[in-house]
Amino acid sequence: MSDIKKEAAILSQYSIQKPVAIMEVCGTHTTEFFRTGVKDIFPQNLRLIDGPGCPVCVTSNDYLDTAIAIGWQYNCVITTFGDMMKVPSSYSSLAKEKSKGLQVEVVYSPMDAVDLAAKNPDKQFVFLSIGFETTAPTEAVCVLEANKKNLKNFFILPGNKLTVPAVKVLLDSGEVNIDGFILPGHVSAIIGKKAWNFIATDYGKPAVVAGFEDHDLIRGTIALLNLITKNTPQVLNEYTRVVRPEGNPKALEIMYSVFQKGDAHWRGIGVIPESGLDLKPEYADFDATKQFKADVPPPKEHPGCRCGELLRGVIIPTDCPLFGKACNPEHAVGPCMVSSEGPCSAYYKYGRK
Amino acid sequence: MDIIVPGHGSGGKLMNDLINNLIKSILGNDTIQLDDAACLTLPTPTIAFTTDSYTITPIEFSGGTIGSLAINGTVNDLAVMGATPKYISCALILEEGLEIETLKRILISMKEAAVKARVAIVTGDTKVVPKGKGDRMYINTAGIGVLITPPQRREITPGDIIIINGSIGDHGTAIMALRNNLTFSKGLSSDCAALNHLIEDVIRQYPDAIKFMRDATRGGVASVLNEITKNASFGAKLIEDNLPVKDEVKGVADILGIDPLYIANEGKVIMIVDSNYAQYIVDVMKKHPEGKEAAIIGQITAEFPGKAYLQTKIGGNRILPVLIEEQLPRIC
Repeated sequence: MSDIKKEAAILSQYSIQKPVAIMEVCGTHTTEFFRTGVKDIFPQNLRLIDGPGCPVCVTSNDYLDTAIAIGWQYNCVITTFGDMMKVPSSYSSLAKEKSKGLQVEVVYSPMDAVDLAAKNPDKQFVFLSIGFETTAPTEAVCVLEANKKNLKNFFILPGNKLTVPAVKVLLDSGEVNIDGFILPGHVSAIIGKKAWNFIATDYGKPAVVAGFEDHDLIRGTIALLNLITKNTPQVLNEYTRVVRPEGNPKALEIMYSVFQKGDAHWRGIGVIPESGLDLKPEYADFDATKQFKADVPPPKEHPGCRCGELLRGVIIPTDCPLFGKACNPEHAVGPCMVSSEGPCSAYYKYGRK
Repeated sequence: MDIIVPGHGSGGKLMNDLINNLIKSILGNDTIQLDDAACLTLPTPTIAFTTDSYTITPIEFSGGTIGSLAINGTVNDLAVMGATPKYISCALILEEGLEIETLKRILISMKEAAVKARVAIVTGDTKVVPKGKGDRMYINTAGIGVLITPPQRREITPGDIIIINGSIGDHGTAIMALRNNLTFSKGLSSDCAALNHLIEDVIRQYPDAIKFMRDATRGGVASVLNEITKNASFGAKLIEDNLPVKDEVKGVADILGIDPLYIANEGKVIMIVDSNYAQYIVDVMKKHPEGKEAAIIGQITAEFPGKAYLQTKIGGNRILPVLIEEQLPRIC
């Protein structure tokens, strides 16, 4: 038997006396637990709760409403990651607006958005800058690059968020009983393992930083179960080939040279202080919200949608009465069903047997 | 004149010159019948008849062109029914401004593909659309194949084996990489190829073994299996350890957040076969250049009826859902 199959057997036969609930904070983990089949071999009594780690999902409706309003009212081209296309806004979605004639371009990298602006000086481009600490440094580089090129037609709609404040809010609320956390590998590569130590020191819970391949997920889960069953509140790094204790100081430096912390509105959680990234005053020229005063209709939530509770870990997708019925990938009611990292999307795609 | 102009579709001298000096001379003075319709004599009372349209950007890519794609695609649609492809029609829709040199290269690749597949292009049509009304060029084909044996369709039952003739996801990945300028993907190439010789060889040697076959084009391998299992009393299990996927394809698919099992192939056939013959059929395939990496990739099961699913490396199962729409690249 290969090593991976041996480790898989250890996990599937792990003996857990009473029910254990662990939360994966990261949206890529949500999907990968399903995709690799690791969730399918979980031992009895182990439950995985999805956290607030899908950047598209936690983006609130008013953000997309604003993007659509700016696009139409100022004749701007909206550039975005593909994930955002089908996410419902209060009244529509980028995909629907595009079919009505709104100019929307999907980019694979934020730098493509800068290149598009440089090549088409007669048009104005607004890039939807979302994502956690993983994406934010690249987006900061884009602003620096646009600044260097003296581009007057490139703007971003700031929507980046920080993961640590959201996890703190979940722990403070006490709404969900979580025995331990699987922490995001990519985010931790930037912010460092140390940034998570508070989970053990302040809240007395164990947590493990894990990578994304099948063996990473298995090892990470076993390590977390070991900590939980031995009642050891500690934060471990099981993704040492990528994550260092102090993270990537260079990336953080670039990120904070362009952005500064500000309050951010999270879907389902509300406004969390100092949990978002705003452009610093010296880069205000690139801020679409400052440059375009669009008339944005009042945001509205979709009746019955429980994405908010889902992102707080209160429910799992199948607890939502809309799941797979009124809400499906063709007609999504909430973002968790259409983002590639959304928990509902993962359950819908891989979880129905 | 070195580009297509509206006059090339006018019915006048310009058009006749284009057809006679370029299209017909390349695609085959020997096979094309220049009357209103081609008259054909067929050796069997039952024929297979198919049609398809080809639209692809870019029209030339590593491993093929829109022209070779049109021939091979039509040939494969006939071959997977168990038919021997014989005749093909070719209608070209050209956008004003297309370089004649490009057209020439594409016609040559079409002819080469036809010769290799041993099919004759017997009739055709040429239209020109104004600049901006077409994506450089489109091709529509129809194909006729003769059925020497009945169509290769038999009842699928649990225990049957799923075979593919080689690596998964090459075509779609090569095209996506080109479209998105992914410069790190140099090694990628479309698998565009005619499969009729390989399929005919399998049928000849094991005439009763094939339960079902289909070329795994748009929607990829997973979509073919979803079609087979829809409303069925059996499931289709793929085994991840056995899937032939090139490292370059894995790399690009990982970056774009796309599953190779859903990526288009243009030279791959999925066969569902009687388990007694499975290994022999793989061996037959391996003798053909299009089947060198042929493999048993899964099995029809009584478990999970109506679903296609994957047994992952670590032994967990996950569903391979029906693709809803275009896969979009993810954020991180």
